[in-house]
Amino acid sequence: MTDLTQLTLAEARDGLTARRFSSTELTQAHLDAIDAAGALNAYVLVTPEKALAGAKSADERLAAGNAGPLEGIPVGVKDLFATDGVRTTACSRILESFVPSYESTVTSQLWRDGAVMLGKLNNDEFAMGSSNETSFFGPVVNPWRRGGSDAKLTPGGSSGGSSAAVAAGLCLGATATDTGGSIRQPAAFTGTVGMKPTYGRCSRWGTVAFASSLDQAGPITRTVRDCAILLRSMAGFDPKDSTSVERDVPDYEAAVGRSIRGLRIGIPKEYRLEGLSPEIDALWQKGVDWLRDAGAEAVEVSLPHTSYALAAYYIVAPAEASSNLARYDGVRYGLRVPGRDIAELYENTRAAGFGREVKRRILIGTYVLSAGYYDAYYVKAQKVRTLIRQDFENVYASGVDAILTPATPTPAFGIGEMANASPIEMYLNDVFTVTVNMAGLPGLAVPAGLGAQGLPLGLQLIGRPFDEETLLAAGEVIEQAAGRVSAPQWWK
Amino acid sequence: MAVDENTVRRIAHLARIAVTDEEVPHLQSELNAILSFVAQLDAVDVSNVEPMTSVLPMALRQRADVMNDGGYADRIVANAPQTEDNYFVVPKVVE
Repeated sequence: MTDLTQLTLAEARDGLTARRFSSTELTQAHLDAIDAAGALNAYVLVTPEKALAGAKSADERLAAGNAGPLEGIPVGVKDLFATDGVRTTACSRILESFVPSYESTVTSQLWRDGAVMLGKLNNDEFAMGSSNETSFFGPVVNPWRRGGSDAKLTPGGSSGGSSAAVAAGLCLGATATDTGGSIRQPAAFTGTVGMKPTYGRCSRWGTVAFASSLDQAGPITRTVRDCAILLRSMAGFDPKDSTSVERDVPDYEAAVGRSIRGLRIGIPKEYRLEGLSPEIDALWQKGVDWLRDAGAEAVEVSLPHTSYALAAYYIVAPAEASSNLARYDGVRYGLRVPGRDIAELYENTRAAGFGREVKRRILIGTYVLSAGYYDAYYVKAQKVRTLIRQDFENVYASGVDAILTPATPTPAFGIGEMANASPIEMYLNDVFTVTVNMAGLPGLAVPAGLGAQGLPLGLQLIGRPFDEETLLAAGEVIEQAAGRVSAPQWWK
Repeated sequence: MAVDENTVRRIAHLARIAVTDEEVPHLQSELNAILSFVAQLDAVDVSNVEPMTSVLPMALRQRADVMNDGGYADRIVANAPQTEDNYFVVPKVVE
């Protein structure tokens, strides 16, 4: 029998429907693969009993002919999504033993559609990081290595467990979240497909909050088609999230394979950064050529406020984080470290419970929101954000359908390689992705082949609000032209 | 704008995070690095620009002002480090 963990989600779905194998077999194959891949540290909790029980029910529904769209498909869940009765930590010590008694809306929709949960995936603590190195459970190892080297590389972050697990065949797809690039950068680093949907497309309810006006859930998968399938189940209106949008969820899969003839693809000149590596620049040009060959028209566009996005982001995101993370106080849930009085209890608990990067962001956020600085920092940043959104609105109003950029300025880097870098150098990972969150737009990272070091490189497509379908259609063109890449399974 | 050691201590207290004397200088330099990075926004002309208050244009929904959830205090306190009769227990606040 073929290795069931190497199927795409779509192939597995078709195989289950045709009863070529059972969900129990498919799920067991993935549990075995997870067992053998401890070296990657992708999962922080494996739930084999829950998985096999879910697979058994899925097999019954498949046999009875009332299967859901994801019936029997084993998936991994980023540890930022609350799962009823299953430990959910955000990979922080402060939530080390937190067991929710409720289920996030996004994951509940996956189970509604028949998916099977394999376990919880590693991520940067509270999704704050670009290399998965801030996780309380330690870094995730990228299944990819540089040619001729066994140095451990990062799978990106914050959704590093999700991207590594998908690339390594430890699940058929994974949930992830993206506040400044946390789906798209890890996807680019692992040769996987990652979609950050339009703000409001997926419910934020039951997902551990980082920066509420930027956070959005989305899928990481091995193909564009798989991304469309998973997104359809994750998306949808939820009255429990006040910024959830009441809008029908289209059949995203129908957009995969749709012609892109006549589409106008914007190439933003401000993304041609000084010092951009020639390899990334060449990849970008290759992407333009592929879309042109498929009948699209490439036009140069201008997004003049691009260079300010990262600075504005590093005011808005920490400000919202400092407010959201105020709830971790050692009283209602999570870690408690005693003190002489309640103020000291709070201070000791938060000092011991949060890691360095999280503390740094809370402190910055507290500072920019504090009396006397609110207008100079926070209000100013929100004004710059308006300008960033207007840049995109102007481009789309000029008749551009989607925008093509590199996904990251570099391929995956080594674990520990950035240890002596300043926080700012690490933040530069998000330079191509962060504008999309600031403007609330959808963005898709799609693999575009291997670079000189033998590592995957990704391109990013940015769309109009709620036009994920155009991104999937254009993403499929890139995937077909670039060819799929698979990580060598050195850990087995 | 740059922060001094006292400001670092004040901000940490506002954020309710205990910091040790050894941590302060390190935090100070990290915070100042970030503040000098975001200072590039000074170059942007934002006169007559409204701050973003909603990511996408949307009106907040309203619902009837009725109780529609609750009645499970035991579940609410289930993850608390210390409870008594479905209350959260904290050190004595009022003498």
